[in-house]
Amino acid sequence: MTTNFLTCRATKMLHTANGNQPLDVSFELQKGRLLTIYGPSGAGKTTLLRILAGLTDLDAGHIETNGETWRDTQRKIHVPARKRSVGMVFQDFALFPNLTVKENLEFALQKGEDRRLVTELMELMELSSLQDIRPGRLSGGQQQRVALGRAIARRPGLLLLDEPLSALDDDMRNKLQEHILQAHRQYQLTTILVSHSLPEIFRLSDEVICLEEGRITKKGAPATIFLRGSAGEQLTLPGEIIEIIPSDPSADRTLEAPFASTVEGALTNPSSDPDALQKTFIVSVLCANLIVPVIATAEEIKGLNKGQKVMITSGSFHPQIIPLK
Amino acid sequence: MAPLWLSFKLSLITTAILLLIAIPLANWLAYSRFRLKLVAEAVISLPLVLPPTVLGFYLLLAFSPSNAFGKFLDQWLGIRLVFSFPGLVIASLLYSLPFMVNPILAGFRGLPPSLREAASTLGKPGAVTLVKILLPNIRASLLTGIVLSFAHTLGEFGVVLMIGGNIPGKTRVASLAIYDEVQSMNYHAANRYALILFAFSFTILLGVYLINHHFSKANALT
Repeated sequence: MTTNFLTCRATKMLHTANGNQPLDVSFELQKGRLLTIYGPSGAGKTTLLRILAGLTDLDAGHIETNGETWRDTQRKIHVPARKRSVGMVFQDFALFPNLTVKENLEFALQKGEDRRLVTELMELMELSSLQDIRPGRLSGGQQQRVALGRAIARRPGLLLLDEPLSALDDDMRNKLQEHILQAHRQYQLTTILVSHSLPEIFRLSDEVICLEEGRITKKGAPATIFLRGSAGEQLTLPGEIIEIIPSDPSADRTLEAPFASTVEGALTNPSSDPDALQKTFIVSVLCANLIVPVIATAEEIKGLNKGQKVMITSGSFHPQIIPLK
Repeated sequence: MAPLWLSFKLSLITTAILLLIAIPLANWLAYSRFRLKLVAEAVISLPLVLPPTVLGFYLLLAFSPSNAFGKFLDQWLGIRLVFSFPGLVIASLLYSLPFMVNPILAGFRGLPPSLREAASTLGKPGAVTLVKILLPNIRASLLTGIVLSFAHTLGEFGVVLMIGGNIPGKTRVASLAIYDEVQSMNYHAANRYALILFAFSFTILLGVYLINHHFSKANALT
């Protein structure tokens, strides 16, 4: 029988730029799992992490980890942040500027704890050569590794990562995803990650929660959530559309508004421009750091836009692009 | 030289005590969610706008043995604050309080909130966070507070005149001595005091700007 490591029921009024909006979530997480919270900005993702860490209080609800109640508004239980077994990596990393890399990690140790953990983590995060340097002189990726190492040096039951990789380039991202996975497994952590990046989600997560306007709209494995009714495909690649151009080389332009409306018009009223329907397009999809060109008909590109998150699926026929919600 | 020595002694004691008071006070003002803390902030900043003689006048009334508080101090604790050095220290503490609290408060408010939050998620109580993380990161603000308080106490006139009464060797500080010498047309002696205070104030301010420049350069590098 599997038991829940984390149970969270939380409601809180969020004061966002678009006015007040209630956050109302309820979910469970089993030990050792890696959960990603996905959703548009302002949906309450960071607030949810902060509520779990004890940095923001909820209006009503109940949070329990490993059989210990951290917050219960009915029973008036409130365990402060510093007494919760949580490791948190902040969006801005929040490294202590006055302490060296090693001292930052050591700060996380509890009284009398073995300092070998710090040495071990510095090796795991490839920080040993930087141990006497202060954070201000480190690159973004190095700072991120220090922040991750420090959060793990706390020996947390629950590791919370608030968009830790958003500021990094693709190479660095891939490497750090590896670091996160390695640490998650080696230290048997239960991890919650906030992320916008689909490749990252597919690579790291066991489960995903989609948070929209303060509510959980979907829950499940990444493939179940992001692939909409696409049974039978052999290969799937998540990505983002970066360009849609006609495959006819003479029409040397990207799909712009007047052109798009011609296609729309032809689709709704085929007699208006019979040629438009015959046209094919090349849709370039950025998957991780690889640009995948996909041939699509006018019918297929209907509803697709630059910047849209999509999934390329390739079965027995030519690849298809499926919009992601 | 007794007035100069007295001035430095007063400034040194006042600054040291203020530092001990202002750090926890500014920490509370910066991070407490107590609603009336704005009132506390206004009270602390009052000496910035109040004429020193007004503050001195009320302190004189309060410390006077003919009034309840002064009587209590005199009869039960044997302390007389009117026309005495301890009285000058207490008056200076009140008068220079905003010069110590405000820079430290600005320092705390200038730090990213995530530093404190990170320290608390790492299991550290507020006092450890204050000493090991917050204070080392506001060194420049601390130094500014120390120097401003010291210089401000050194230059005070109205308050010390009201509460101290210009008693030679006891409460007659340098700023009062200059006034006295001018009153008795002794410009040479007045000039000596004034020049020393002038040179001293300029030197410490220059020193502070140099050190702060060094801090900001060091911060950019670290």
